[in-house]
Amino acid sequence: MTAASSQTVLILGAASDIGLALARAYARGGARLILAARDARRLETDAADLRLRSQAEVRLVDFDVLDIAGAGAFLDGLGDLPDVAVSMVGLLGDQAASATDPLTADLVMRSNYNGPAAILGELAQRMEKRGSGILIGVSSVAGDRGRATNYVYGSAKAGFTAFLSGLRQRLQGTGVHVITVKPGFVDTRMTAGMPLPKPLTAQPAEVADAILRAQAKGRDVVYVRPVWLLVMTIIRLLPEAVFKRTRI
Amino acid sequence: MALTEQTQASLSGWGNFPRLRDARVLRARGEAEMRAAIAQERSLIARGNGRSYGDPAMGSRATLSLLPSDRLMAFDADSGVLTCEAGVMLADILDVFVPRGWFVPVTPGTKFVTVGGAIASNVHGKNHHGAGSFGNHVESLTLALADGRVVRCSPQENADLFAATCGGMGLTGVIVSASFRLMRIETAYIRQETHHAANLETVMAMFEANQAWTYSVAWIDCLARGPDLGRSLLYLGEHARADELPAGNGQPLVLPPKATRRVPIDFPAFALNRWSVRAFNALYYRRAQAGGSLIDYDSYFYPLDAILEWNRIYGRPGFLQFQCVLPKATAAAGLRLLLDRVARSGRASFLAVLKLLGKQDGLLSFPMEGYTLALDFPADTGTLGLMLELDAITADHGGRPYLAKDSRCGATLVRQGYPHLGEFQSIRARVDPTGKFSSLQSERLGL
Ligand SMILES: Cc1cc2nc3c(=O)[nH]c(=O)nc-3n(C[C@H](O)[C@H](O)[C@H](O)COP(=O)(O)OP(=O)(O)OC[C@H]3O[C@@H](n4cnc5c(N)ncnc54)[C@H](O)[C@@H]3O)c2cc1C
Repeated sequence: MTAASSQTVLILGAASDIGLALARAYARGGARLILAARDARRLETDAADLRLRSQAEVRLVDFDVLDIAGAGAFLDGLGDLPDVAVSMVGLLGDQAASATDPLTADLVMRSNYNGPAAILGELAQRMEKRGSGILIGVSSVAGDRGRATNYVYGSAKAGFTAFLSGLRQRLQGTGVHVITVKPGFVDTRMTAGMPLPKPLTAQPAEVADAILRAQAKGRDVVYVRPVWLLVMTIIRLLPEAVFKRTRI
Repeated sequence: MALTEQTQASLSGWGNFPRLRDARVLRARGEAEMRAAIAQERSLIARGNGRSYGDPAMGSRATLSLLPSDRLMAFDADSGVLTCEAGVMLADILDVFVPRGWFVPVTPGTKFVTVGGAIASNVHGKNHHGAGSFGNHVESLTLALADGRVVRCSPQENADLFAATCGGMGLTGVIVSASFRLMRIETAYIRQETHHAANLETVMAMFEANQAWTYSVAWIDCLARGPDLGRSLLYLGEHARADELPAGNGQPLVLPPKATRRVPIDFPAFALNRWSVRAFNALYYRRAQAGGSLIDYDSYFYPLDAILEWNRIYGRPGFLQFQCVLPKATAAAGLRLLLDRVARSGRASFLAVLKLLGKQDGLLSFPMEGYTLALDFPADTGTLGLMLELDAITADHGGRPYLAKDSRCGATLVRQGYPHLGEFQSIRARVDPTGKFSSLQSERLGL
């Protein structure tokens, strides 16, 4: 993948399974990596692995997506503005707890929407000024329609999807491109223990490949497994009166 | 520490037999999670990539998958010593290091095994007569014990625990990481020579005469009988030097990308029978070109890996592998009896492989100086009966079964075949008095 080579790629939320798979994929392509995570020291073994595997340049930085006021200072601290920034940040949470406890719900909402939108918004400002850059937001098919089983998480992802869409339109013609990635089920520690249907479940490395491909092809919105576009289109088109009675 | 846990509808080894229903599988990334799993479970067993055939990597209560622990940690380009987590696969190591001029010192017939699995089974390759087992190349390893400690073991440090862990089938603890030596190569290619051997005596004489070759292995037509008994093709190999490649190969360490194929469905049972295998074998023997050739390391070492999930050609019931080693003194007589018994049974074995092994190493390690024969059979009652007879021949000739391939052996055969079992058990009793680390296999065999 030559498209990624010698670019600086910032991965926000790099400690997730998908984040680490993505780091490996970018490193293989020759990118310089900045891995941002809460308590980034935890990623030292992963950084050593990336340096050994791909002889990649890897930097670890602490990052808290909930620290919205600190977003600008965080980016200042990086030195040069990265060429590519990916937000992998997300928190599935527990729907039952989110439905009954406002503070739990608030954390899910801030982790999936307010925080990621704030940092990407700040990055957009700077990239627009520079006149180049790629912003990649990992949202979710759960944002395509609110469902009983995960509407708190889904609504936050819906907000994030809308934010990315608007940002993309605003940045049209500025040299900054925005990509929305919608994984369906992914086999990660976040979903461990859930009975996921195999044909609809992607591996973290598959999501990483889809992201690199989307970047290389300049795509706008990507469903990691294309079958999800079909599934979600059907679910979206169901009239509300019908949908509310289903168990989808 | 939140450990990820999954209940899998069914878990099995590479042979798809036996299957464990509703298996609990925990996944560990890194030492802290391994220790958390050990602390939390009353009984568990480590699992690499599940390439052992039977039940050694399945726990009746819990199985700890180390696949997420797949990070390379350090490499010393002067000595070639690589340190990595136990869940790293040989395939990954080859992908990274072959282009830099390094190869794994010992490799089994599939590269989809983990470093932990290679150590726990102390695997051997086609170079055992010269290089020994995987464990012979391990400088040190870290082991998470039943009591939560993590200790370093090497031939110098905790040497008895090291000897018990190499080949110890995961029963001494969870291997967290290991440091082992890679070997220098000039190219990614193997210079191969193929020889026809008309029968067993001939192929054994050829093995002895060609011990200077780094790699040797024979494919046996195990349906050939009478004067043709043991009819085989002997493959000899050396890592090719750069000056042996055709001129104009500017990147001797890089292989062109290859397609892999997948077996789309479980094969119906009738596809594999004595006639189809007999026809295949006869054709294969005759079509093989004697003489030298250059082939890439992937095709040389891992011909089966090119077809992912080939184990499914044996269908739903799965298959069994019979692998034993017989000491040099009795090998000729014993192999003759084994092959004769198989040929007379008319049961099809697609894979029949003969190798010369070097010295004994470790306590529960499989290799001993002699010959090892490996055969695949579909899992059915006829096979189970046949294998009992093969076991008896093995025992009569002072041989032993390979635990990494086993799913149905008897405890007596193992006790007789592994004279250091008692020593192994006393070390195990010291580091794991409650028997926390246990597999379906260790329970079955009373290891
Ligand atoms: C096609 C094929 C060809 C083969 N050819 C050969 C060959 O030529 N020579 C040979 O010797 N073997 C051969 N094998 C067997 C294979 O090398 C061994 O079974 C190997 O142990 C499999 O590694 P794994 O990572 O899949 O381990 P698993 O099958 O998952 O586990 C095997 C054993 O290792 C233990 N283990 C795994 N990881 C750890 C760990 N981190 N700490 C402690 N214990 C652990 C398990 O508890 C279990 O007892 C072959 C297998 C196949 C499928």
